Amino acid sequence: MAEVLVPVELDPAGTGVRKTTLEALTLARVLGEPSAVVLGAPGTAASVRNVLAEYGAAKVYVAESPDIDDFLVAPKAEVLAQLVAGKSPAAVVIPSSAEGKEIAGRLAIKTGSGFLTDVTDVTADGTATQVAFAGSTIVHSTVTVGTPIYTVRGNSITPEPAPADAVEETVAVQVSEAAKATKVVQRVVEQKSDRPELTEASIVVSGGRGVASAENFSVIEGLADSLGAAVGASRAAVDSGFYPHSFQVGQTGKTVSPQLYIAVGISGAIQHRAGMQTSKTIVAVNKDPEAPIFELADFGVVGDLNTVVPAATEQITARKG
Amino acid sequence: MNIVVLVKQVPDSGTERKLDPADNTVARATADNVINEMDEYAIEEALTLREAHGGEVTVLTVGPDTAKDAIRKALSMGADKAVHVSDPAMHGACAPQTSAVIAAALGQLEYDLVLCGAESTDGQVSVMPALLAERLGIPQLSGARKLTVEGSTARIERQTDGGYWELEAALPAIVSTWDTINEPRYPSFKGIMAAKKKPVEVRTLAELGLDPSTIGLGTATSQVLDFAGRPPKGEGVKVPDEGDGADKLVGYLVAQKIV
Ligand SMILES: Cc1cc2nc3c(=O)[nH]c(=O)nc-3n(C[C@H](O)[C@H](O)[C@H](O)COP(=O)(O)OP(=O)(O)OC[C@H]3O[C@@H](n4cnc5c(N)ncnc54)[C@H](O)[C@@H]3O)c2cc1C
Ligand SMILES: Nc1ncnc2c1ncn2[C@@H]1O[C@H](COP(=O)(O)O)[C@@H](O)[C@H]1O
Repeated sequence: MAEVLVPVELDPAGTGVRKTTLEALTLARVLGEPSAVVLGAPGTAASVRNVLAEYGAAKVYVAESPDIDDFLVAPKAEVLAQLVAGKSPAAVVIPSSAEGKEIAGRLAIKTGSGFLTDVTDVTADGTATQVAFAGSTIVHSTVTVGTPIYTVRGNSITPEPAPADAVEETVAVQVSEAAKATKVVQRVVEQKSDRPELTEASIVVSGGRGVASAENFSVIEGLADSLGAAVGASRAAVDSGFYPHSFQVGQTGKTVSPQLYIAVGISGAIQHRAGMQTSKTIVAVNKDPEAPIFELADFGVVGDLNTVVPAATEQITARKG
Repeated sequence: MNIVVLVKQVPDSGTERKLDPADNTVARATADNVINEMDEYAIEEALTLREAHGGEVTVLTVGPDTAKDAIRKALSMGADKAVHVSDPAMHGACAPQTSAVIAAALGQLEYDLVLCGAESTDGQVSVMPALLAERLGIPQLSGARKLTVEGSTARIERQTDGGYWELEAALPAIVSTWDTINEPRYPSFKGIMAAKKKPVEVRTLAELGLDPSTIGLGTATSQVLDFAGRPPKGEGVKVPDEGDGADKLVGYLVAQKIV
C-alpha cells in the first residue's frame, strides 16, 4: 500500500504527541499506510513510538537534531522534502496548527506540489472536504500538481486506534544554513492552566461581553471546570480586557469544533460563528431572546447568565458528587 | 529603512460571502470588498517603524482592479506609494502561484522588511509569509504580537497558545502581524487628500517577467471541485428562564449524556 507521511506534532513538553497527530494518522489511513515522521530534539522518538504504533504508523522516521528545535519551521520542511524525494509518498498529512500550515506551505514550494489547509475529511481518491466562509460553505477540492499535502483541521476526525508495527528508520538530519535563518531564542509560557487546550477540548464554555467584567469570568471558568471544559471568549470580551487574547474564538481567533460549545453572553456575530459553527452541539445562554446565537443553538436559555450559570454549575458539580 | 507591506482586498467577512458557481472561485466582483483587517495592523507597524527609523513604506497588492480601494486606504493611513499587480490571467490563482507573483514583484523593489497580515479572512490560509520566505530565501518571522528592529536584526514575539516564542533573524526578513501588535490609526482628512496624489504603479504579469499561461485557474496547484451551503441545522429549542433556567439547562445536558 502507498506510504503517507505524517509529521508528528508534539505536546509543548516534547514528550508526547498532541491529539491532532492521532487525528492526522487516522485521516492518513484513508489515503494509504501512514509513516509517522518524528521531527524534534534527540530522544523524542523513544517517548512517542508506542502511541504512534497504536494509531497505525507502519513506520516511524526518526529525524532528531537540536537544529530542528532551535530554528523556526524551515528545518522541518527541509527534512520532509528529503523524505518526499526519497520515498515518493502518496501524500503528506499534517496537523493544521500555525506551524503545521507553514510546514505545508514551504514543503509545497520545495516539492512543486499543491496543498490544502484545514481539511475536515478526505476520500481515497484524494478529494478533500474544507469549510469556507465562517463555516457557511462546504467545499470539495483536490490537489492537481505534485505530492498532495493536506493539513487536518483539529477535532474534525475522531482518532481511531489501528495497531501497526512502527518500524523505526533513522533519518540523517543535515539542516542547511539557509534553513537556520530564524532562530528560536526562547519559548515562553505565560498562562499555565490545568484546563484542556482550547482547540482540542471536547467541551468549550465561552463568555462574551455579557459577562461584563474580568472578575465575573469566574462564572464562565466555574461552569467550564464543572464540565472539564476549556474556556473561550468572544472578541468583544477580549477587547474589553475580560480575558486574554489567546482564548479568543472566531475568525480572528481560534477555530473550535468540540462536541459541546456553550456560548454565554455572546450575541453570535458572524465573525464569532466562524470559529465555532461546526461544533456538534451548541448551547446558548443570553438574556436577549432575539440574539442571533439562538439561530445556531440546539438548546438555548433566555435568561440572565449571572443566575442561570452559577446555579447550573452547582447542580453539575453536585451530580458528579 | 524601506518597508513593503502586503495588502490584500477581501470580501467583507460581515456580509454573506459566496463562491461563483461558474468556476468555483471566490465571487469578488459582486462582493462588498474591504482591506483585509489583519493587514491594517501590518500597515500601522510599518508606519511606526518609519517614524523611528526613516525610509519609505510601499504597499504591494496582487488582485483585480477593485483592489485599488484597499491600496487607497493604505495610502490614506500614511504609506508613501504602491505597486498594484493586476492581470486578468491571475483569476483563480492558488496560494503558491500568488506567492510567485508577490515574490517577483518584491524582486523589483528595495526593502529591508516585508510586513503582512497573519491571515486573510477569505482564504484563512496563514501561509503567505512561509511561502514567500521559502521563495525569496529570507527569514520568516510569522505571527508577531510584538516587533522590534535594532540595527540589522529583527525580533518578534510569535504568539502561541498560552504564551509566545521569541524569534530573531537578520534583515531583510518577512514579518506577519496579529491584531494584538498595535492599534491601527484611522486615516485623517489630510491623509485621505494626500493619498490621491501618491504614486500607484500598476504592473502586469509580463512586466514582472512572468509567463501568464503558468498562473491562474487553469494551472492552479489545487482546484475546487464543487461547493454547497452547509446543511441548515434542525430547529433548536429555546426556553425562558422562569427561575428554572439552570434546571432546564442541566436537564438538557443530562439528556445529551454530557453530564
Ligand atoms: C474583521 C473582524 C473580525 C472579527 N473577529 C472576531 C472573532 O474572531 N471572534 C469574535 O468573537 N468576534 C469577532 N469579531 C467581532 C464580532 O463582529 C462581534 O463584535 C463580537 O463577536 C461580539 O462579541 P459578543 O457577542 O461577546 O458581544 P455583543 O455582541 O455585545 O453581545 C453580548 C451579548 O450578551 C448578552 N448579555 C448581556 N448581558 C447578559 C446577561 N447578564 N446575561 C445573559 N446575556 C447577557 C446580550 O444580550 C448580547 O447578546 C470580528 C469583527 C470583525 C469586523
Ligand atoms: N493577493 C495578495 N496581495 C497582497 N498581499 C497578499 C495577498 N494574499 C495574501 N497577502 C498577504 O499575506 C497575508 C496572509 O494571507 P493568507 O496566507 O492568504 O492568509 C495577508 O494578510 C496579506 O498581507
